[in-house]
Amino acid sequence: MQSLLERNAILLSIAILITVSIGGLVQIVPLYTIENTIEKVDGMRPYTPLEQAGRNIYIREGCYLCHSQMIRPFRDEAERYGHYSLAAESMYDHPFQWGSKRTGPDLARVGGKYSNEWHTEHMINPRAVVPESIMPGYSFMAETLLGFDDAAEHLKTLRAVGVPYSDEQIARAIDDLNAQATGEDGDGDIEGFQSRYAKAPLGDFDGDPTRLTEMDALIAYLQMLGTLVDFSSLDAKAIER
Amino acid sequence: MAEIEKDAVSGRETTGHEWDGIKELNTPLPRWWLYTFYVCILWSVGYWIVYPAWPTLSGYTKGVIGYSSRGELRKELAARDKSRTVWTDRFSALSVGGIAKDSELLNYAMAGGRVIFAENCAPCHGASGSGNASYPVLADDDWLWGGTVGDIYTTINYGIRSTHDDTRLGEMPNFGDEDMLAKAQISDVTEYVLSLSGNSSDRDAAMRGTEIFAEECSSCHGESAEGVQDMGAPRLSDGIWLYGNSKEKIMSQISTPKHGSMPAWNGRLDDISIKQVSIYVHSLGGGQQ
Repeated sequence: MQSLLERNAILLSIAILITVSIGGLVQIVPLYTIENTIEKVDGMRPYTPLEQAGRNIYIREGCYLCHSQMIRPFRDEAERYGHYSLAAESMYDHPFQWGSKRTGPDLARVGGKYSNEWHTEHMINPRAVVPESIMPGYSFMAETLLGFDDAAEHLKTLRAVGVPYSDEQIARAIDDLNAQATGEDGDGDIEGFQSRYAKAPLGDFDGDPTRLTEMDALIAYLQMLGTLVDFSSLDAKAIER
Repeated sequence: MAEIEKDAVSGRETTGHEWDGIKELNTPLPRWWLYTFYVCILWSVGYWIVYPAWPTLSGYTKGVIGYSSRGELRKELAARDKSRTVWTDRFSALSVGGIAKDSELLNYAMAGGRVIFAENCAPCHGASGSGNASYPVLADDDWLWGGTVGDIYTTINYGIRSTHDDTRLGEMPNFGDEDMLAKAQISDVTEYVLSLSGNSSDRDAAMRGTEIFAEECSSCHGESAEGVQDMGAPRLSDGIWLYGNSKEKIMSQISTPKHGSMPAWNGRLDDISIKQVSIYVHSLGGGQQ
C-alpha cells in the first residue's frame, strides 16, 4: 500500500483528499446540527443597544480574562451561583464570554444581585466595598462618555451573523439606547423600548443622570446577565444533556 | 528500491530505501506501544456505545447508560434535599421567628446563614455585617426597616427600593428644591438634628431649627426624631449616620437625599435560605425581639 501510493501521484492525491476530508467532516458536519444543542426556552432576547455597548466594553477591557460566564452543572457552582448556564443563554453572544479562568467570581447570573450604586462604587474602587478584592479599578469609565453613534451598525453586524434584530430595533437603536439609559426620568419612549426588549433594566445606572458614560452601559449589561430565562417554568428533564 | 538487508553494525534490517548510497534502518514502533494504541481505539468504540458521543441530524447518540451531566446534578441536588429534610421540613412549616426560638433549628440556620451571607450580602454590608459607607451596619441595634427577625426576613425577601412589586419603599423629598426649604433653613434644621446627639455648635441655629423640624421632618422621622421604621426613616437622635455625620454631609442629605437600594432576594435564594440568612443577620449583634 505504502509503496503503491508513494509511487503514483494521482493515487496519492486521492488518498490525501480522502484523509483530509474525514478530518474536515468531523469538524464541520456537527456545526450543521448545532441548533439542536440549544435548549428551547422562553425569555431569551437579543441585547438592547445599551447592553450591547456595555458588552463591547466588557470585551474591550478583557473582563473575560478573570471572570467566566459559565455556571457548570456541579453542586458547588449551583449553590453559589444559581442554575447552571444554558446554551440558549449565550446563543446571541458573538463572541460568547464563557471564559476559561476565574480569578474573580463567575458573572453568568450577576444581574440583579447587587445594586447599581454598588456596581458603580465597586468599579471605581473595588476595595471600597470588598476589602479583599484584587480587581483593578475602572474609575475612568465613570468619566468617559459613551460613544454610541454606531449603535445601529453594531446591531446590523450582529444580524449578519444570525442575531434576530428586527428592522425596527435597528432603526430605533439610538432612541432605545437613550430611553434605557435615562429610564422613567427621561423623555424616551419607555413603553416602545420595553415592548422591543423584555425585562431590560432601566435607569440611570452610574448615579449621574446628567450624562451617559461607559459605566452606565457596562452596568446595564451586568444587571441583565442571566436574568432572562424563567427557570420556574422550565422542565428540568427536557433540557438535560 | 534497494533490497531489504541486515545491517552488519546494528544487526537491524534496513527499510529498503536508499539515497545516494545512504540506507535507512528500520525502527518499528515498540510492540507494547502499538498494542496500547490498538486497545485505546477499541476503548473509544466502547466509550461511544456507553456514553453520549456522536451528533446526529436531530440530536445525538445518548449511550446505553443514559449519562447526562445535568441529570447527575439533578440527582445530586435531589439527594441533598432529601438528606436535609430532617430540618428543612420544619423550616418550611415554621415562621422565621418560630425557627429562631428552636435551639436545634437555630444551629442549622446559623451554619447555612453564615455561608449565604458571605456570598450574597457581605459585598455590600461587609464581613459579619460590619457595614460600609452608605451600606448599613447589620451588627448594631439601629434598624432602618425594623430589627425583628420577621422584619429582616421581609426586607431580604423583597428588598428596599428594588424592582420587586412588594419592595420596601420610602423616599425623602429633595428639601433643597426651590419651593421647599431655603439654604439657611436647611442649615438651621441641620444644627437642630446635630443637637439631638449633642453635636451642635450653634445653639441659636438649633433653636430656630426646632420649628422647621416639627413642621417638615417629624411626620416621617418622628416627633423626637426617634425614626419610623414603617417608612424606613432613620432615627436621627443617635450617633449612627449612613451618609456621614458632618454638617455638610447632613445638609447635602437634606437638600438632595441619596437613597440606597437593596435587591429583592425572593426568587434568587429559596425560602429556606432566606430564613437561614435572616436568622444569621438577626444574630449579628442587634436583633430585636
